[in-house]
Amino acid sequence: MSWLVVGSGSSGEPWWISLIKAVIVINLVLFGFAYLTLIERKVMGRMQLRYGPNRVGPFGTLQPIADLVKLIRKESFFPAAAIDVLYILGPFLAAFTAMTTFSVIPWGPGWTIGGYEVTGYVADVPIALLLIFAIGSLGIYGFIIGGWASDSKFALLGSMRTCAQLVSYEVSLALSVLGVVIMAKSLSLVDIVAAQGADIWYVIPQIVGFGIFILAGTAETARAPFDLPEAEQELVAGYHTEYGGMRFGLYSMSEYINLITLSGLAVTLFLGGWHGPWLPGPVWFVIKLAVILFVFIWMRTTLPRLRYDQLMRFGWKVLLPLATVNAVVTAILVVWI
Amino acid sequence: MQPFGTLKGFGVTFKHIFKQPITQQYPEYKRPVYPRFRGRHRLHKHANGLEKCVGCSLCAAACPSDCIRVVAAENTPEHRVSAGERYARIYEINLSRCIFCGYCELACPFDAITLGNEFELSEYSRDDLIYTKDMLLAEPIKRIPVQDADLYDTPIPAYKSSS
Repeated sequence: MSWLVVGSGSSGEPWWISLIKAVIVINLVLFGFAYLTLIERKVMGRMQLRYGPNRVGPFGTLQPIADLVKLIRKESFFPAAAIDVLYILGPFLAAFTAMTTFSVIPWGPGWTIGGYEVTGYVADVPIALLLIFAIGSLGIYGFIIGGWASDSKFALLGSMRTCAQLVSYEVSLALSVLGVVIMAKSLSLVDIVAAQGADIWYVIPQIVGFGIFILAGTAETARAPFDLPEAEQELVAGYHTEYGGMRFGLYSMSEYINLITLSGLAVTLFLGGWHGPWLPGPVWFVIKLAVILFVFIWMRTTLPRLRYDQLMRFGWKVLLPLATVNAVVTAILVVWI
Repeated sequence: MQPFGTLKGFGVTFKHIFKQPITQQYPEYKRPVYPRFRGRHRLHKHANGLEKCVGCSLCAAACPSDCIRVVAAENTPEHRVSAGERYARIYEINLSRCIFCGYCELACPFDAITLGNEFELSEYSRDDLIYTKDMLLAEPIKRIPVQDADLYDTPIPAYKSSS
């Protein structure tokens, strides 16, 4: 079970530094989530010749806080036919798993502060990549349980779609990453970043894998054009139809944090992580993260939603074979060259 | 051509970030209403200060949503309010029911009631939406920008004077 031990033993870092880093990182991620919603609305607004939110605070910068206050102050209503324990558990499960996964993503080279060695990640797990996918799969239970327990046809259909879509695209997502794993010869994200720092960014040899990762990731986080799980026009809101107040807020939060984590993963696996000239590591990480997030927002504004059969065909007949071929070709080239 | 079409779409959305939004920021900028726009009612007076309304209740009869209440009283030499025989002792319009159709304006034989341009009629209480005679007779406080009458008013000369 040594691979489960959180915190790198080799760095000799006291446990309380890991704790402080975890608190800082989780708060930064939550802050990032809050302002990602604002930036998304702003960017989408500008792309549609609107201003986006600009009333609360200067240029609307306090809008996320206003949203949060509104959600918290709302009544936590409860459908009469819902299964209470699961109904309440759903959003918590989703939010918990979403926030957990960011811990293994490295965001800096590590520093020595006051005689203590501080690493640029919360936890260096040797199988970090597997951990992320495993916890991500657990997170799907949050959506399924929530949709099923609220006893509503829209929620049930939404959670069924979520389930089918996430399971389908998870295969392509995992396979698209396989090329990177083969090239770096490690499942640890810290090692993968280090390998990219020594070599080249894997986006160049793994351009196909990067494309598949972004597309499958869009589907995995249920964003447009793959936002069928919560297609407003047909399903009201999908699995969180019956949720309101901060429980809905938790679902929304878990979706956005999943998106941030996925973008962080894309940066880590393909864009060299925190490596970059002149600027310090975390700054480069945030810049790359912002670029990937912008691409997701851009995609949401531009592309219309797919039909359900198109979604399944694209996932199983295009992305999965491509990802498989990519992984096999990478393996052959790595062995022979 | 499918991927190229999609890429072109990405180009279009990206280009629009740098364009000026066309949103009209409402509370700061009020879009000018058209000259014949039907807003809140106004009651009028003659030049000598007497009210034009004679309390005939034709407006109340014409009102399809039944939101006008008129109670008439006799003018006396000591207490003369309107030019006619009677005057409106109570004249109330319930603006939460009014549909701004303008039939009261058409029904009025003395042009005593017209529909003005004010459209910001929100209140915190429903009771505040019942406009009494004093409120309807008073000059409106808010200034509503109106479009250029020469450009946007009716082209029919006969209607122009009464709009």
